[in-house]
Amino acid sequence: MRIYLLKRVLYSLLVMWGVATLVFFMLRAIPGDPVTVILGEEATPEAVEQLRHNLGLDGPFYVQYTRWFARLLRGDLGRSILAGEQVTVLLIQAAPRTFSIAALALIISLMLAIPAGIISAAKKHTFPDHLATVVAFLGLSMPNFWLGIVLILFFSVHLRWFPSMGYVPLDDGVWPWLRHLILPAFTTGTAFAAIIARMTRSTMLEVLNETYISTARSKGLLERVVVLKHALRNALIPVITVIGIAFSLLLVGTVVVEDVFAIQGLGRTLVRSIINRDFPVVQGAILLVSGIFVGMNLLIDILYTYINPKIRFE
Amino acid sequence: MITTSSRSAAEAVPVAVSVSTSEWRRTVRYLRKDVKVIMGCIMLGLLVLTALLAPVLAPYDPNAQEFDLLLPPSWQHVLGTDEFGRDLLSRLMAGARVSLIVGFAAVGLAVLASVPLGLISGYYGGWVDTIIMRYIDLQWAFPSLIIAVGLMAILGPGLGNVIIAVSLAYIDDFARIARGEVLALREEEFIVAARAAGGSDARLILRHLLPNSLAPLIVQATVSVSYAILAESTLSFLGLGVAITTPTWGLILSGARGFFTMAWWLAIFPGLAIMVTVLSINFLGDGLRDALDVKISRAE
Repeated sequence: MRIYLLKRVLYSLLVMWGVATLVFFMLRAIPGDPVTVILGEEATPEAVEQLRHNLGLDGPFYVQYTRWFARLLRGDLGRSILAGEQVTVLLIQAAPRTFSIAALALIISLMLAIPAGIISAAKKHTFPDHLATVVAFLGLSMPNFWLGIVLILFFSVHLRWFPSMGYVPLDDGVWPWLRHLILPAFTTGTAFAAIIARMTRSTMLEVLNETYISTARSKGLLERVVVLKHALRNALIPVITVIGIAFSLLLVGTVVVEDVFAIQGLGRTLVRSIINRDFPVVQGAILLVSGIFVGMNLLIDILYTYINPKIRFE
Repeated sequence: MITTSSRSAAEAVPVAVSVSTSEWRRTVRYLRKDVKVIMGCIMLGLLVLTALLAPVLAPYDPNAQEFDLLLPPSWQHVLGTDEFGRDLLSRLMAGARVSLIVGFAAVGLAVLASVPLGLISGYYGGWVDTIIMRYIDLQWAFPSLIIAVGLMAILGPGLGNVIIAVSLAYIDDFARIARGEVLALREEEFIVAARAAGGSDARLILRHLLPNSLAPLIVQATVSVSYAILAESTLSFLGLGVAITTPTWGLILSGARGFFTMAWWLAIFPGLAIMVTVLSINFLGDGLRDALDVKISRAE
């Protein structure tokens, strides 16, 4: 098992190296000279030279490549062209906002989806099941930015329950923090909740057909006990697999939601810097998000070896 | 299929194909009874018709700024007018074209590029497989939307670029599924028999492996159309999509952002258009998944 884990860690590092290389090439794949693209044709030679150096685009190719990695390993992602600040500083400011939204989205969606899935399966082909199915389909088909807009119009503008934009750090108190996050988190989590509800329903239905469920029922156990104790435990295993990759997916889901709610998280930082052609920030944000993705996958694999003995003893 | 003794052994093998033909027939029968599939087909059919006939059906020129600003829905303007005095219904009809073109073209392109990759990777194995799969693993490390957003940063706005960016973002899904199917089928008896009968690699891949891998690919392709349409509207909404002059659902929504409190119709109808389109495809995809009995593990 040690060897397996070591292999997985090494492999993830290899993937990260590939990711960093692709991001390195990204700047060089822009048609034309990125420096001219950013500064325009009329820039002074000094400004051009300065930016070329800042972007690491001066010198021969292999020098650029080694320098890119040398900087990267020191945690230096360059400076933002627009703000002049270190990219790492910008990303460290943005990350907690995105993480807060994704974490809250995960909690909200699980709290809604798993009970909905259980009820759907236990009361198959009745009104609650049909209702849950329709809601899940709508949740899957709604663009999340539109859901955000509708929620703002109803809950912020009409009812005035929640603020329509912005972020308050957790240090300013839990309630202000939560008030700003509820709508964005709900928006981000909807599609995921729909997937989990459908999955819980189908795995529950499968498990409820198993013979040990019939045994439990024939022992005279209450249906509630059969469903919640015997069936649910086994039905949740595949659901947990999906929850594993969920956090990364939710993280990506925040990209457009942050734009709707004007929260300067990683997603909004990425999008704004693409529009402003602030390439060092674009590169840094893509690296960070992909790094989290790779890291989460590794973490899930490691957790799995503990949960699933089949892999452990291979 | 009845195989006569006069046929050569290599031709006698496609029994597997004929089995799958009757399977398809059963699938179609199954699909015809599925309410979701029927609803999905009707909705999507109407949308495709609207998109095709938009220039004829649209009551006004979608770009003509010739009416009062922010008129609420009325008989003259069924869905009202926008912040520049353009007819919203006409603009949504024009937007249907962009959404459906991007949805189908991006998935078509992704299938054409990635299914051969997956088939070859699974069939030949060895270093071919290693190289292709290392690339696919690398792409797997990037979330699809981030790939699309990053590519739009490189390519710049435009309809063709959106199609390319969205299709590239989904290549890894199809390649993985095709490869997995080939790996599962490779040792099946009918494949071994076909190979023993002297079938060439190309024949084995195209006549035997591809037809028998189609079910999960079809389901994935259908679902991917809905992802692609959502991705296009997301890119447009973020200002990273087609040119600003082209009316798309995402752009209409983002353009009207400052006016939602004054004009609810600008907030509601473009989103409804996206939702109905995606919903129709999800209905179809779900029906196909049931009918073909496919399980797709990756949830997105």
